[in-house]
Amino acid sequence: MILGAPDADSAGLYAETVVSGDPSWAGPLANVALGLPVFHIMEPEIKAQIDPEVYKEHLELMEIALDVEKIAEGLDKVRKESS
Amino acid sequence: MVNCSSNQNVKPVVKGVSYFLAHVPSMIRHGSKPSREIGRDPSLLPSILSHLESFDRAVAYAPNQVFIGNLDPDDLLHIPPPWFKNPVPDSSRWGPFGEIMPEEEFYGMMKICDEFQLLLMEEGFLQEIALRLKKHPLFTVEDLEKLDKGVSLEHIEKQLSEGEAVPIYVQGDQLIGCCKRPHGGGAEEDANLVPHILLENLSTRASGVLALRHLIDRLGGAQEIDYLLGCGEEAVGDRYNRGGGNMAKAIGELCGCTRATGSDVKAFCCAPVHAIVMGASLVASNIFNNVVLVAGGSFAKLGMKFQGHLRNDMPILEDVLAAIAIWVGQDDGKSPVIRLDSIGKHEIGSGSAQQAIIDKLVVQPLDRLGLKITQIDKYATEMHNPELTEPQGSGNVPRINYRTIGSFAVLRNEIKREELDRFVEIHGMLGFSPTQGHIASAVPVLGHSVRKMMANEMENALFLAKGSLFLGRVTQLSDGISFLLERNKGG
Repeated sequence: MILGAPDADSAGLYAETVVSGDPSWAGPLANVALGLPVFHIMEPEIKAQIDPEVYKEHLELMEIALDVEKIAEGLDKVRKESS
Repeated sequence: MVNCSSNQNVKPVVKGVSYFLAHVPSMIRHGSKPSREIGRDPSLLPSILSHLESFDRAVAYAPNQVFIGNLDPDDLLHIPPPWFKNPVPDSSRWGPFGEIMPEEEFYGMMKICDEFQLLLMEEGFLQEIALRLKKHPLFTVEDLEKLDKGVSLEHIEKQLSEGEAVPIYVQGDQLIGCCKRPHGGGAEEDANLVPHILLENLSTRASGVLALRHLIDRLGGAQEIDYLLGCGEEAVGDRYNRGGGNMAKAIGELCGCTRATGSDVKAFCCAPVHAIVMGASLVASNIFNNVVLVAGGSFAKLGMKFQGHLRNDMPILEDVLAAIAIWVGQDDGKSPVIRLDSIGKHEIGSGSAQQAIIDKLVVQPLDRLGLKITQIDKYATEMHNPELTEPQGSGNVPRINYRTIGSFAVLRNEIKREELDRFVEIHGMLGFSPTQGHIASAVPVLGHSVRKMMANEMENALFLAKGSLFLGRVTQLSDGISFLLERNKGG
């Protein structure tokens, strides 16, 4: 699962939903742990797989705008908790 | 590229802006998301009802005070979040830009707008409302006559049990009326004329009327308005004309605009900014002297993110219908100028990446004008109150937009990367708008900008709005439009 969420809080919320189940208990994934591998599109693991020209055209600017480090920290936490 | 050189001698200006909020917590249950969730799980309703805010607390809610102009957006920097826990002392329902109205009075306005007797309201309730509206400066004797005598509560209960009708409550769960399905002319079988949609149309008209009445009350001259441009999110129409529209004229009819004609602009969230550009063009080309834009609130978006609010045990703050009215007229030597040579547009071929959109709406127009990104005092973008969006995982929308604009300044070597936060502080502001889609999109800042430019406290502001066209399942395209507002340096 690749996320494009703009901040750590929302990325963490979406990640938790597809890993251990919807924390809001609002949707069909409440109490359903899919355990999917989850990354943000700007994390190095994903960025390395994208054509640099395409990345530059679509994502370079947003990488400056977003706090990618904080987003990655939040996702790391979700990934570690599920492993 | 927009070339308006032949029109430079007729400058369109923003003469005034009004904002109106109807505090309708008892309507939250009818918002799209709450009504669907309650339908699936009726046990949610008590939880929703126990998380509604009182009118006094809605008035004292700092973002609402900013919306009607009693506070400046930057005042929010000095009020610690969460704002719902820090009410503004001595706050008023009246502000320099408009008003926050309690639901009881607003239902009265809806009844006045109800020309087809769709709303049944309890007689005692209507009598009480007539007394209250009599004291309101924007209601007339003719308005009060339209309230009629009302019906008994038994009649309303019978209608609800027998027919297709939507109940109307005050105080969360006190029944005082209903909206019924019309009869005749095939309306009984028309999916576009169901009570839920008719209630939405009536609430849009009522909130739009109040926004426009506030504007006319301040600027005068309802008769001077030549053209009304509706830019709300409702879709008035029947089975043969879904979204047929012209809410603009329906609103103007109740505001004394007898010389005006009008039409609606439809463009999702960026309709108001599209409409400003169109209105400014009509004025600049001398087709009309005075064009007023008007948009009522979005009924469907009430309680849209209520699940996040309940999860955080906070009040459901998406409890207001927000409306705007904007007067665009010819240059008077003092009102801020809409620079028609500044229009930025997201083109069909532009692509939908955020950076492509901001490039079209900010960078390219400023390049044309020979301005740097840092030479714009303030940017007005989607101004959603983050206190409403963050609990549901939607992030801080204005902050992301400001950081995106600032990132262009980084790429263009106007600022250093470590200066990005400072850029956002100087050229941005905290989100304060209700999450009412079109209303949140740049235009909440317009009133504040006009006030500051008239007081010589601001030179310019760039307004940009974006739209998500995919929501209608017709096209995957994005949308966006922008304009620069500048202090009037004339006379």
